[in-house]
Amino acid sequence: MPKRTDINKILVIGSGPIIIGQAAEFDYSGTQACQSLREEGYEVVLVNSNPATIMTDTDIADRVYIEPLTVEFVSKIIRKEHPDGLLATLGGQTGLNLAVQLHHTGILDELNVQFLGTNLDSIEKAEDREKFRDLMIELGEPVPPSEIVTTLEAARNFVDNVHLPVIIRPAFTLGGTGGGIASTAEELDTIAENGLKLSPVHQVLIEKSIAGFKEIEFEVMRDANDGAIAVCHMENIDPVGIHTGDSIVTAPCQTLSDRDLQHLRSVSLKIVRALKIEGGCNVQLAQDPHSDRYYIIEVNPRVSRSSALASKATGYPIAKVAAKIAVGYHLDEIKNAVTGTTYASFEPTLDYVVTKIPRWPFDKFDDAKRTLGTQMKATGEVLAIGRNFEESILKAVRSLENGTLHLELKETAEMSMEDLFNIIKKKDDRRLFLIAETLRRGASIEDIWSCTQIDRFFLTKIANIVAIEKALEAAPKDEQVLMNAKKHGFSDWKIAQCWNSTETEVTAWRKERGIHPVYKMVDTCAGEFESETPYYYSSYEDENESVVSKRESVIVLGSGPIRIGQGVEFDYATVHAVWAIKNQGYEAIMINNNPETVSTDFSVSDKLYVEPLTLEDVMHVIDLEKPKGVVVQFGGQTAINLASGLAAHGVNILGTTLDAMDQAEDRDRFEQLLLKLHVDHPAGDTAFSTEEAVKIANKLDYPVLVRPSYVLGGRAMEIVYNEASLKHYMDHAVLINPDHPVLVDRYLVGTEIELDALSDGENVYIPGIMEHIERSGVHSGDSIAVYPTQTLSDQVKQEVVDTAIKIARGLHVVGMLNIQFVIHQQHVYVIEVNPRASRTVPFLSKITGVPMAKVATQLILGEKLEKLGYETGIHPEPNRGVYVKVPVFSFAKLRRVDVTLGPEMKSTGEVMGQDVTLEKALYKGLLASGMTIPAHGSVLFTIADKDKEEALALVKRFYDIGYNILATEGTAAMIAERNIPVTVVNKIGGSTPNLLDVIRHGGAQFVVNTLTKGQRPARDGFRIRRESVENGVVCLTSLDTTEALLTVLESLAFQTECMPQMDDRSIDRKVANLEAGVSR
Amino acid sequence: MKRQLVLENGASFIGEGFGSNSDMKGEVVFNTGMTGYQELITDPSYCGQIVTMTYPLIGNYGINRSDNESGQPSISGLIVKEIAKKPSHWQKDKTISEWLEEYDVPGIEGIDTRKLTKIIREYGTLRGKIVSADADPNEVAEELKKWPLPTDQISRVSTKSVYVTPGSGPRVVLVDFGAKQGILRECIKRNLDVVIVPYQTTAEDIAKLHPDGVLLSNGPGDPKEVPEAVEMVRDILGKIPVFGICLGHQLFALAAGANTVKMRFGHRGVNHPVKNLRSGKFVITSQNHGFTVEKESLKGTDLEVTHIAINDGTIEGLRHTKYPAFSVQYHPEASPGPDDSQDLFDEFLSMIETNKKEGAQLA
Repeated sequence: MPKRTDINKILVIGSGPIIIGQAAEFDYSGTQACQSLREEGYEVVLVNSNPATIMTDTDIADRVYIEPLTVEFVSKIIRKEHPDGLLATLGGQTGLNLAVQLHHTGILDELNVQFLGTNLDSIEKAEDREKFRDLMIELGEPVPPSEIVTTLEAARNFVDNVHLPVIIRPAFTLGGTGGGIASTAEELDTIAENGLKLSPVHQVLIEKSIAGFKEIEFEVMRDANDGAIAVCHMENIDPVGIHTGDSIVTAPCQTLSDRDLQHLRSVSLKIVRALKIEGGCNVQLAQDPHSDRYYIIEVNPRVSRSSALASKATGYPIAKVAAKIAVGYHLDEIKNAVTGTTYASFEPTLDYVVTKIPRWPFDKFDDAKRTLGTQMKATGEVLAIGRNFEESILKAVRSLENGTLHLELKETAEMSMEDLFNIIKKKDDRRLFLIAETLRRGASIEDIWSCTQIDRFFLTKIANIVAIEKALEAAPKDEQVLMNAKKHGFSDWKIAQCWNSTETEVTAWRKERGIHPVYKMVDTCAGEFESETPYYYSSYEDENESVVSKRESVIVLGSGPIRIGQGVEFDYATVHAVWAIKNQGYEAIMINNNPETVSTDFSVSDKLYVEPLTLEDVMHVIDLEKPKGVVVQFGGQTAINLASGLAAHGVNILGTTLDAMDQAEDRDRFEQLLLKLHVDHPAGDTAFSTEEAVKIANKLDYPVLVRPSYVLGGRAMEIVYNEASLKHYMDHAVLINPDHPVLVDRYLVGTEIELDALSDGENVYIPGIMEHIERSGVHSGDSIAVYPTQTLSDQVKQEVVDTAIKIARGLHVVGMLNIQFVIHQQHVYVIEVNPRASRTVPFLSKITGVPMAKVATQLILGEKLEKLGYETGIHPEPNRGVYVKVPVFSFAKLRRVDVTLGPEMKSTGEVMGQDVTLEKALYKGLLASGMTIPAHGSVLFTIADKDKEEALALVKRFYDIGYNILATEGTAAMIAERNIPVTVVNKIGGSTPNLLDVIRHGGAQFVVNTLTKGQRPARDGFRIRRESVENGVVCLTSLDTTEALLTVLESLAFQTECMPQMDDRSIDRKVANLEAGVSR
Repeated sequence: MKRQLVLENGASFIGEGFGSNSDMKGEVVFNTGMTGYQELITDPSYCGQIVTMTYPLIGNYGINRSDNESGQPSISGLIVKEIAKKPSHWQKDKTISEWLEEYDVPGIEGIDTRKLTKIIREYGTLRGKIVSADADPNEVAEELKKWPLPTDQISRVSTKSVYVTPGSGPRVVLVDFGAKQGILRECIKRNLDVVIVPYQTTAEDIAKLHPDGVLLSNGPGDPKEVPEAVEMVRDILGKIPVFGICLGHQLFALAAGANTVKMRFGHRGVNHPVKNLRSGKFVITSQNHGFTVEKESLKGTDLEVTHIAINDGTIEGLRHTKYPAFSVQYHPEASPGPDDSQDLFDEFLSMIETNKKEGAQLA
């Protein structure tokens, strides 16, 4: 059937902020879907709360709403826009859940909005555990014995029958939040209770564990004509038991026979047909490694992280095709965009091996529990392609940017074989690396297999990598051995290590012998048909397929995997850079390795190389392409870190010079620059010992900001308030030595602001200044940013603008610049200068309408601001409207991580709120960030002594709008002193109900907790915060955020004051007399 | 040991030998299936061909006892990027290399198989030879140019004598041009009483077996090499219901007056979409053919196109408009590949039933 003509306008729901379990893959799928629908002539209305996405660009949809993804706001949009259709299967679990809720309110029926793609009934059948089980039983397909329970009691009863271990999965939660494997009765109680609480429908599925089975995924498509195909199959190297988002995955399946595979494929197709899926669907299955027994694990009736991976692994654009199916097309009517000659109704076949490795945030969160299970913990992932497994996995390892370029970790040096095996058994994120280490030390494949159940096929491959290491060590400068190592994905860095040489020497030696990689095309058909996909990967093979064009080219370095501190914002900027480069008439070449993102959609750039972002791998592309230059400003720290290495190889770094970047990064040079420009910054010094640090701190006066000089992004940065804390920090938090000094700076309390600027070296244009709600000391990425500024005087603003212009000119910035300031006692201090695209680029671009990444790219390519229509100065602030950027955290998924806001960034994503007043904008922002904002309830205060004065004012205001005040003893006493009624809650460990009981049982809607590290009751503070997060209670650790919330609550609250008493003095007197009489 | 593959155009690929060390000539074709190597190696339709697999890792799950499509490897040689030395699967019996050595089939690994595939895509199927690494490629190429492609593959792979797999259902004569085990398996699954006969069995001899239906199997090579089979099909058309698969499909077309032609590089893989023109639906099919029925030649015949390949529009299924007979170019028995089209065997069965009833009414 050709496309539907009975619908014209389609509403597409996005997936909201980036959180663990729902990341950039939905920007990719949403963008593809919108483009695909508009291509067909439909009017597309998009709603998403995440400004840091390509899909929320106004040229992706006809109309874009950046509003909270709640029934309330989306209903408003539906009433305003009157769409004919709703497409909700491309916005992740968030989009799907919202669509289901909208349906239940009746608005879709009322306004005759049709559900496009897979219908609601099918979605519910796939998502609801019980309905799904029933369907499987009806189809005669095996599911592991399981039961849906709504009480702990029932969970215990089930276990009595099927025996432990069991897997617990809460219904309708993202990324398996709240799930886990229970091997003991105790674990069962904890996980089941938590799961019940987190499930919005208070259901958990308890299921017999089939841990150890092979975990297989099929990405399947079906159209309304019952045409169905399996786009891709993938095998998790980690057997069942680890969430697929946390598993190392390979495509295609490597260890299944055709019989196994066809069986599972047929089962998958049978299921999607029974479910009547119209679009994409993910089917997860478990295959017994010892027989042909299999089980169905679950089905996701929508595009997903796995479908994004499958799209990038095969070249088949699942989301795009799913959108076409949703408007009526059949698979055999849709052209295959890759070959241009074949149709979407064929199954891609690969002639390479794909490996995906998740990127975990444990480098940021030292304290987090890093064992892997059914709850996803990774923030992002990398993809690598090779012609053999070893090449593929080693390239993936290099892409991770986790401090190693090979299957090895420094920390293993101090581990015994026993340690290694213990960690391997515990299944944490280091498992792959540790397995290699045990093999290096002589462990057998059987030993590892018996404690991991990882298929011997994969273990053999890892063993081969270790064998190649040994061969390299045994025969330095043997060309055959080197060639074999390169073919198996070894980096020159590792080869140098094996040869006791340097990377530079190895590279030179290799190049002299003409050993270099060629590039192969990803074409969906293994070379069977001619195709023109500009999508390449490197391999040490014979024939190079990447033809260098005659056009002058520019390479853009991507930002690699999504991690805390480097999110989808950078992908946004690189994509815009690519578009701008194309516009300027150059060939735009992208290098990146993140399978989730828009930047690795081969239709974005003129040429896409999926490669690790290491010097060696990037240089190989440059050697072939010989570009005009490389743009490093947009790919976050990943790209910046490569700049000096590239420049050393004679590569032209376009835009701001390397020297200027170094000037901004190097503390001494930075200070000199500021001095020269007469710009103030917080005083500070470098300490090489604890004594020195103390001396510096005494000179500066407490509090001081301390951080190691060798790490970036606020890691291990702390504010210390006294000498004891400083000593503790110096002795415990950092390893101080002459190479790794500690920076001690004066901590200036004040308003933090930041701005982004565009500069051509002479002229400087500032699109806007953003004011942070949280005072200095909270990482800018974790602060609520407000535009336009709300509290700054015109004079301060002018000073900030002047300073920014001075710095941009002083550094001769060509391109982008981000500066952070603190306003301390009406005085402007610069805290940080980043001569590159920042996290706020998409937010500020969208709200000011200045296409920053595009303009910056033009400047980098030699255009002048004036010619582009921008003069030196600041973009006029709007008269009307306030915009806030609110951070979003994924704390519920990361056990043991402290949620306190501080100098170290912790958020995974962001949302935007906009309205006419700050309160309204904040309300929307907080709501969109996932906060529930009830009109009444209780607030629980546990406040550090230093904050008590300030907190009391807030307590009073909460009380005034009708909130009940709860507090621990010390805090309560102080509150009572101010004549505010307060309920005392027992401390942790005290008699019940104590603090934890109150939090667990919904006794408080908000928890305000400012007890932090270095203070006596730190442990309790930590437990309170964790308990809040794990129970879904809003936990505020900054009084500024608390106040922001308060202003919102106050704006929502109507006063309920009782009427004043009549001023009838005679009555008063009578009463007084009466009382006097009684008392007498 | 280093070995090389030389093509008739002089191209040479040097890699590491596995399996047997003998020299072997054949037509070089590529297959795009990512699994199913054991099935295709034993598929008699590949007789006389050197097969290169486009997926780089081959042999991962080893060779087992249950996935053979005939008694032994049929191919002349195997070209892969990497052969698994330590396969892993619970059914694994031996490695590919051990197995091929047993049957004297040479293999080469470690060459740029994608480059080879693209050469075949550009030039069409080529003659090639697996020889030792020090052989002169030009000499070998000359030899290949002069070498006539063999034409006797069907006689080599067809059964030499009649045999029966009894069943309680209708009787079907399966004419064996190199039948895959899978076809027989599907028949047995449906309780058919199957009589397997050699390829040159005449219509008269077939009629003597009193079949309710005749199944023309797949097989290697050019259908025009077995004119006796074309004649046989022509004779039984209209008398006994006919179902042709792959080569059987081509023979059916020739018998009905159509023509077959050689394709540039054929269809070999398990991902080919085929559209059923009657239902408007498509299926993903397993394919292995180097010849196809010429579209223009259908004019004036009583054949109707029922299926086409979505990718290149070539004919994938035919039906006789007057007689109970139909055929498909692809493999409904799968193995390897998707089993999406197994209902074609049911269609054959119901054609047999209908024909029986009509016959009874006439009587």
